[in-house]
Amino acid sequence: MRHVELDAFHDRIAKPPRPRLVIIGNGMSPGRALEKLFDAAPGAYKVTVFNAEPRVNYDRIMLSPVLSGEKSFEQIVIHGDGWYIDNEVTLYKGHRVVEIDREKRTVKSEHGVIELYDRLIIATGSSPIVLPVPGHKLAGVLTYRDLDDVNAMLLAAKPGKKAVVIGGGLLGLEAAVGLKEQGMDVTVLHLMPTLMERQLDTPAGHLLRQAIESRDIRVITKANTREIVGTDPEKGPPRVKALRLDDGTELPADLVIMAVGIRPSADLARAAGLEVKRGIVVGVDMRTSDPDIFALGECAEASGQCFGLVAPLYEMASVVAARLAGDEVALFNPSATATKLKVTGINLFSAGDFAEAPDREEIVLRDAARGIYRRLVIKQGKLIGAVFYGDVSDGAWFFDLIKKGSDITELRETLIFGPNYAGGAPLDPTAAVAALPDDAEICGCNGVCKGKIVESITAKGLTSLDQVRAHTKASASCGSCTGVVEQLMTLTLGETYSPNAVVPMCGCTDLGHDDVRRLIAGGAGATIPAVMQALNWKTSCGCAKCRPALNYYLVCAYPDTYEDDGQSRFINERVHANIQKDGTFSVVPRMWGGVTTANELRAIADVVDKFAIPTVKVTGGQRIDLLGVKKEELPAVWADLNKAGMVSGAAYAKGLRTVKTCVGKDWCRFGTQDSTGLGVRMEKFLWGSWTPAKVKMGVSGCPRNCAEATCKDVGVICVDGGYDIVFAGAAGLDILGTQALGHADSEDETIEIIAALVQLYREQGRYLERIYKWAKRVGVETIRAQVLADVGRRRALYDRFVASQVSVQRDPWADRVAGKDAHEFAPLADLSLQAAE
Amino acid sequence: MKMSNDWTDIGALEDIPRLGARIVRTAKGCVAVFRTQDDEAFALEDRCPHKGGPLSQGIVHGNSVTCPLHNWVLSLETGAALGADVGQALKFPLRVEGGRLLLDLSPFSAAPDIRKAG
Repeated sequence: MRHVELDAFHDRIAKPPRPRLVIIGNGMSPGRALEKLFDAAPGAYKVTVFNAEPRVNYDRIMLSPVLSGEKSFEQIVIHGDGWYIDNEVTLYKGHRVVEIDREKRTVKSEHGVIELYDRLIIATGSSPIVLPVPGHKLAGVLTYRDLDDVNAMLLAAKPGKKAVVIGGGLLGLEAAVGLKEQGMDVTVLHLMPTLMERQLDTPAGHLLRQAIESRDIRVITKANTREIVGTDPEKGPPRVKALRLDDGTELPADLVIMAVGIRPSADLARAAGLEVKRGIVVGVDMRTSDPDIFALGECAEASGQCFGLVAPLYEMASVVAARLAGDEVALFNPSATATKLKVTGINLFSAGDFAEAPDREEIVLRDAARGIYRRLVIKQGKLIGAVFYGDVSDGAWFFDLIKKGSDITELRETLIFGPNYAGGAPLDPTAAVAALPDDAEICGCNGVCKGKIVESITAKGLTSLDQVRAHTKASASCGSCTGVVEQLMTLTLGETYSPNAVVPMCGCTDLGHDDVRRLIAGGAGATIPAVMQALNWKTSCGCAKCRPALNYYLVCAYPDTYEDDGQSRFINERVHANIQKDGTFSVVPRMWGGVTTANELRAIADVVDKFAIPTVKVTGGQRIDLLGVKKEELPAVWADLNKAGMVSGAAYAKGLRTVKTCVGKDWCRFGTQDSTGLGVRMEKFLWGSWTPAKVKMGVSGCPRNCAEATCKDVGVICVDGGYDIVFAGAAGLDILGTQALGHADSEDETIEIIAALVQLYREQGRYLERIYKWAKRVGVETIRAQVLADVGRRRALYDRFVASQVSVQRDPWADRVAGKDAHEFAPLADLSLQAAE
Repeated sequence: MKMSNDWTDIGALEDIPRLGARIVRTAKGCVAVFRTQDDEAFALEDRCPHKGGPLSQGIVHGNSVTCPLHNWVLSLETGAALGADVGQALKFPLRVEGGRLLLDLSPFSAAPDIRKAG
């Protein structure tokens, strides 16, 4: 304990002495509390946060889009490492707190760190409930709670494998849809007769079930799990094989997700002698039975209730922050909460209390054709509950009526039609948001009200949705309020804001990609400055978004004469290597079709030794990556690789990257064609070509598909009778199997079709638009018609491709070894040896 | 702010491509020297305030540069992050005289104070 006393001593003599605030837990509610505290009383506390998870604060309600692949973890981080540094918060990542000593006023982490506190916030959250059925500990049985769970699910989620989700509530359904998006065969089990019965009434529950089932997800209600069956333990470590219901039904399962509810994590508080019932008991001031200790979030129990939705938890956070900042009147009054499901394409909203009772009236609107259901519950002239399915656009207006307890007698006649008709107001799409008071909450995730959005739009001159998101955070998390935010923008900015307008290329122009491209093809100019001049660019020389795009469209329009503008290319394309986080580069030589030789490997080994290259890694595209090369040494590294006959692998290019192959019929007992040879031929034919975005290909020698050709931009599957060509796959942010393009009888025909496809893509694709996105935009059928059915058109596309290849198949490394762009690779001056003063 | 400057000749403006940048290596780290479309020149520490990205490798546009790592946009005139991001890159006095670039490295010595003020 010696160092604790020393710390205390140092803190006493430091001036001015700041009280120490320690927070156990780093979820969304303590994160919000700190934001509010730093706003209200900057620097008032010396803050230390213990996080049991080894990471920064992230938006837990956005885990579903991470699971479905719509977002990455980086996109849901709320506070990055910089935020903690900027606010002088000490964050212990991966430190679970194991003890609170209220007498000594210390907390201790599992790694032995001890911190003194003057004020303590317990925000330990909750843990998912695990059903204690036999087999619940088998490998492959997961809960759905944090990023680790999502990562575990993504690892286990294999297309075609079977997943069973126990629990048809909010989280369970989001998990089910996410796993379906990953290609799994998904069944949802729910104990009650209708889905989400706590948030939805029976009719809305049925509509939801239909929508879930229409996505090819099986729903079994009134399903009680009896046991989870494992594989034979004799045959290796047992893992889940099936799930058995009470009625004897057995469902095969490779993955079981339990999403049946949460339990407040209150053990730490209980051990410290604080009052705990279901959760940690707090008063309206959010203090526990010890006035210096607050409890916050899902672990807290206020007025006999525990909370799991973000809005009331954020309200708690505001009260804690206000109390810490010296406000003695802030009270936590759990108000009605509203629920939305974060599944793209399914719109439902519920708020308040919508149970039937004798003293309540209800108003129902059904429009089966449009899939709309609305139900309002009224008690003594006030709206107390609402359930909407289908069209949820007026949700905020109704929610406001519920929260305020407004008298709706006057509006009752037209109430169900929403604010457009309330009080006979004219039918104007923005009337709903215009009718909202300034303090109406628009974004539940980030607690942003109408007044703040309108004020920011006006005060900061915001004109785009992205700007509003950046400045106010409204609709920046789950995005379900995007429509309302856009209406607010229309309301505030009038005609100048039109959400359906063409998305401009960037802030430098009002024109979209297609318009710019058409105007360039129509002769708007043959250089970037000329195009900017002709199209009235708003900035003198563009920005990092539009210049690379213009450069690309000019290359397309004038492939023979346009002089590429290096300064308008991203650094990787400018110096033909890939920049790394520390400013060094990685070097990937081409390895045709993934085939290499002893000579090449020896040359690579020599280069690694000679330049002390720290990391050598095999890439997913069947080549070798040399990481950590200093920029000045790039030409020398390339020179040695060139000497061994290797050229740039264009691992940085918006162009052909790799052609991945399997060994094919030369070696493989299943091989039907020479897939390796075809892959090498394709790569030698296509290398150097430029495209709107990167292009990766694969050739598999049989339908077992060892080269994974069916998730590539373009793939070939060899079969006995020839070559099946597939395209528009993806295996990055989005995961998509390819679509069939057509069949070719010979290698020559295969190459002609692929070259025609690539040519069509680069003539139509928008800059940075991958093949699968282009195909989705223009339609697979139209592409097929042009490069397959119409042989004349195919031939013309192929000829244009071949013509442009003549000038591009030059190794950019060799050019630079010979001295091109030498200024890129040498410092302007080196003053590092000057004597320090 | 210091009253006097300590200028070092680091090369010619012509050695930097328009809308480009070069680095000057010093004992205290690298300085990125930028040249705009209008032949103005600016110098910032070659470190983005976000995650330390090498600003010299970014795309220069107007009087700003976009960091190659995560697309922060910084003002070449002040070193401040533009748009909704908040941060400050260290800025160095730079003069162009008779086509020569003269750089003053003294902000490196005063760096901690400047960063706090920023």
